[in-house]
Amino acid sequence: MTLGYYPGCTLKSHARNLEDSAIEALKVLGVETVELERWNCCGAVYSLADDDLIHQLAPVRDLIRAKDMGLDKVMTLCSMCYNTLARANLLMRNDEAKRKTLNDFMEEESDYAGEVEVIHLLQFLKNDIGWDKLKAAVKVPLKDLNLSPYYGCTLTRPLEVSIDEAVSPTIFKEFIEALGGTYIHSDHSAECCSSYQMISNPEAAIEAASKVVRSAEDQGADALALSCPLCEYNLGKRQVDILKKHDDLKPLPTFYFSQLLAVALGVDPLICRFELNPTASLELLEEKGVVEKVSA
Amino acid sequence: MPIIISDSQVVRDFVQKVEEISGEKFSKCMQCGTCSGICPMGAEMQLSPRHTVLMTKFGQKDRLLDSNTVWLCASCHSCLVRCPRGLDLPKVMEAIRQITLRTNENYLEPFEIPDELLEDLPPIAMVSCFRKHTA
Repeated sequence: MTLGYYPGCTLKSHARNLEDSAIEALKVLGVETVELERWNCCGAVYSLADDDLIHQLAPVRDLIRAKDMGLDKVMTLCSMCYNTLARANLLMRNDEAKRKTLNDFMEEESDYAGEVEVIHLLQFLKNDIGWDKLKAAVKVPLKDLNLSPYYGCTLTRPLEVSIDEAVSPTIFKEFIEALGGTYIHSDHSAECCSSYQMISNPEAAIEAASKVVRSAEDQGADALALSCPLCEYNLGKRQVDILKKHDDLKPLPTFYFSQLLAVALGVDPLICRFELNPTASLELLEEKGVVEKVSA
Repeated sequence: MPIIISDSQVVRDFVQKVEEISGEKFSKCMQCGTCSGICPMGAEMQLSPRHTVLMTKFGQKDRLLDSNTVWLCASCHSCLVRCPRGLDLPKVMEAIRQITLRTNENYLEPFEIPDELLEDLPPIAMVSCFRKHTA
């Protein structure tokens, strides 16, 4: 089986651990990813101003690339790319006047009317692979790992692009359980980690992010499982600033969901690039016996 | 604290402009405050989300542009999925940000981001922040 794939800018630099582990895990499941030709940055955030069409061009061009390659579906790994592409796709499907303006403006491109379906890898695993098949493919169950999923904002909001039920989603729980891990509920699993506010308003951002870490820790999580490189930056890379401000919190490892998928399917941990995660992340997997100790 | 609004403070074309950019009608809002209760940045905001809709309805342009509220909204859409009247508040916040940004005024100056922060900053953080906070 082949699957159209849109990486997005961060997966080719800071989040290679998200991309490489997903591509290898999909190979184990018999799925070959086909990267879009000449893709460009989707813009990271969907334009919310009704009169701003110029920022719809970037995501729509990516969708045109997918259509031109004969793909009926395009899969994303990054939550923000998923959200931006899925919303731009709905705009092209549902708004006749804006669709015409955008198609007319891009006269060098094929006309586009939302023919391609935008999906996130979690949806593909649930709907196209199936949890039972995934469970059967697991070679290294994530037993003894207490994992708290972090949906963030863009996988489940707004409703029209939610990959699951928007207020109480369960897709991440089903994923963790299929891999043999223990699901840990957190009240903040879909609360905002502060997004790009970590640059503009770091103090408020650290407070918002600390609530996500605290909630997962209070419920007994060993680690957070996430899907967005910006959430990973705020909750993983910048966790050092959260801990400085809240010294009662302990370091909490973070993983991309695709890294957990890959190690459970027996992919070489070196491919998962745990060196890009917080140090405690690989140590946790070694301690739980999910990966062999390389440091010893 | 009572809010006194005099006719001289009401900017009528501001209301129209926000409605035009956002595509939203504020008459939908019944001031229940669900948005303020759920907003993850609400505690840091000078005007709560509920208050922001009220002030916009009353054409209080200066109060809104002087407050940090729209710049703290991260468009997480928590308010939208819970609003009993279906008001798309993230679009209202975006419209108010755009009114400032379209005067070529930045909220964030990219050149003021410290070098040590830039080293580790993923592209997704910069692109999204510049889209929301720069002209």
